[in-house]
Amino acid sequence: METLTEFLSFSDANVRFVTFGSVLLAASSAVVGCFTLLRKRALVGDAIAHAVLPGVCLAFILSGTKNPVYLLIGAFITGWLSVYCIDFITSRTRIKEDAAIGLVLSVFFGFGILLLTAIQHGGNASQSGLDKFLFGKAASLVGEDLITFGSVAVILLITILLFYKEFKLLCFDRAYAHTLGFPVKMLELILTTLTVLAVVVGIQAVGVVLMAAILITPAAAARFWTDRLGVMILIAAVIGAFSGFSGAFVSYVAPAMPTGPWIVMIVSVLAIGSFILAPEKGWLGRMYRQKNNRENILDENILKLLYQLGEQNGSFFSGRSLAEMQEKREIPSGRLMKGLKRLRSQGYLKRDPGNTWLLTPEGKTRGQRVVRLHRLWELYLTQYLNIAADHVHEDAENIEHILTPELEAKILEQLGYPETDPHESRIP
Amino acid sequence: MIVQVKDPVIEVHDLTVSYDRKPVLWDIDLTLPGNSLIGIIGPNGAGKSTLIKAIMGLIPVSSGYAKIYDQELKAVRQQVSYVPQRESVDWDFPASVYDVVLMGRYGKMGLFKRPVKADKDAAMDALTKVGMQAYANRQISQLSGGQQQRVFLARALAQDADIYFMDEPFAGVDIATENAIIELLRTMRDNGKTIIVVHHDLQSAVEYFDWTVLLNMRLVGSGPTAEVLNQELLEKTYGGKLTVLTKVGELLRKKEFPARENPAKATKWKR
Ligand SMILES: Nc1ncnc2c1ncn2[C@@H]1O[C@H](COP(=O)(O)OP(=O)(O)OP(=O)(O)O)[C@@H](O)[C@H]1O
Ligand SMILES: [Mg+2]
Repeated sequence: METLTEFLSFSDANVRFVTFGSVLLAASSAVVGCFTLLRKRALVGDAIAHAVLPGVCLAFILSGTKNPVYLLIGAFITGWLSVYCIDFITSRTRIKEDAAIGLVLSVFFGFGILLLTAIQHGGNASQSGLDKFLFGKAASLVGEDLITFGSVAVILLITILLFYKEFKLLCFDRAYAHTLGFPVKMLELILTTLTVLAVVVGIQAVGVVLMAAILITPAAAARFWTDRLGVMILIAAVIGAFSGFSGAFVSYVAPAMPTGPWIVMIVSVLAIGSFILAPEKGWLGRMYRQKNNRENILDENILKLLYQLGEQNGSFFSGRSLAEMQEKREIPSGRLMKGLKRLRSQGYLKRDPGNTWLLTPEGKTRGQRVVRLHRLWELYLTQYLNIAADHVHEDAENIEHILTPELEAKILEQLGYPETDPHESRIP
Repeated sequence: MIVQVKDPVIEVHDLTVSYDRKPVLWDIDLTLPGNSLIGIIGPNGAGKSTLIKAIMGLIPVSSGYAKIYDQELKAVRQQVSYVPQRESVDWDFPASVYDVVLMGRYGKMGLFKRPVKADKDAAMDALTKVGMQAYANRQISQLSGGQQQRVFLARALAQDADIYFMDEPFAGVDIATENAIIELLRTMRDNGKTIIVVHHDLQSAVEYFDWTVLLNMRLVGSGPTAEVLNQELLEKTYGGKLTVLTKVGELLRKKEFPARENPAKATKWKR
């Protein structure tokens, strides 16, 4: 806890830089990742991430320094080359895209590891630390590195902002974009370049092995929360920023730790959280709605039951005992009690001293509506779908709970405002 | 029967299109009149979509060219609108109905520009024309097939073009919607637009179209609907007599032959 407050106070200028840098890198990768994901090129992103390793190593061998500009250029070249290879293989041979991606990824990455090993055994004094590109090290993001990688991240964000409309169109409907006269090939080129650049800057914090996670996972998680592209990008950026922040923190607390795996763990937790918690598409939300539906159906069935009992005895507002209700319709006592209590708290029922239950006027109205919909639907099925009268009840049991007032009006109109249902019961 | 028109709005000259070296359209020579509602009819795999895509410059052609208003497509792009087959996009994309219709205005806006008020009005107006204004904020994955089709139509309307190419706008659409759409197309025609529609139902084709193109890998017929839709031509279009063309195409692909002897000429119109 103490370390956290110490970290958060940003009293150390170095901590400030590292944190700011990681947040920027991770957020910009996440933003670019949204388009990568929507273009269904997530796997290509992974291939690019692995393919930048040989570029980094080659740049180091050729230049003999760890100057970030050289490393960046090297990474960019092999990253791009991998995309080109994938496209070439898929368009010129019968090999499918997934196989081509696997092929390119392993060849490039294998070559990269080879070079890395050679460098490490080469005895070059400045080689130490090149392996941080494998699993990332946010803490090494200082000085010159920060400025270089940070500027690339800013360029990424600005480009996305400039081409937002075009990228959106391109991802949704490429052919249509073409017919509108947009330079589709050019835009695709830019978007691919952005993906490569995002990978190149992101590896500093996450490393090549796990880079795809920071590119794609925030976008995938954000998609759960919204149906708007703009909002999705924003949420992805926030998720990315948070994971970058955590990476910096991990680097601060445990300097020996590679940050990549930590960042990926955190992003993954956020993604799983989104999957569970997102209000519309999330798992909890769905469960909640299902529970609501079940309760609603039970409530309406009880009101309907009481209304029908009222019909039979000609008095809607006299009390009924549990036994009386259960005789008419089998509902387990526990569920029945729960429903009755809920309905009382909602003002649809009252409870008598004699432990009987009776409808309030509002309860009667609602029960009456359910009965009406049930009978209307039965009639509709027999008249319009020619289903036998003894087969329609089950179906109506369901439909009575979901018909909207508009549909009700439409059915009434089509049936010519009928008086009775197929079983000769009056439609209230 | 192939009727050529004098001052065609669309002129297709000796067009051959191949996928993977296998020609699917052979030597199409076609001229179409302006200010009319035109149907393209043919069996599955006849190359109807391919013809439209080739005219719109979406796929490379092996030989020949298409001209619109006697110009290259590039010069008149803003006046031509394309309504792709509904299945050609992923409807799970994070966008609203309104967002998609607004895309119809992107071409006029040009690079970097943001939509202005007038663009937004035009998009809403187009949505109203297809009766979808109530759905403006709906996520596009929550639409029925017919509604998706209408959204694509609205997008094309928002583009405010003079020529419209529509690939099966009536596929998966109920009869009420189909009637509404054809009514809309007729109004557009009466306002001087030219609409080319890929269509499947012969029965309604007679009613709908002023001009009909019959296609099955080659051009079988083109002319005023009443003259073209006759027994003989329909048999030619739908009959199985085209197996020779299919087999030759297959052969060209296997032998890796170019569809034309002189490929230099063929690339002329490629982009
Ligand atoms: N991308 C492609 N690659 C290879 N062959 C293709 C491709 N698209 C279409 N074809 C082939 O070209 C021929 C014409 O296809 P096209 O889609 O133009 O037919 P269509 O007339 O639109 O058919 P439908 O009524 O089914 O839409 C078909 O034989 C099809 O198999
Ligand atoms: Mg087609």
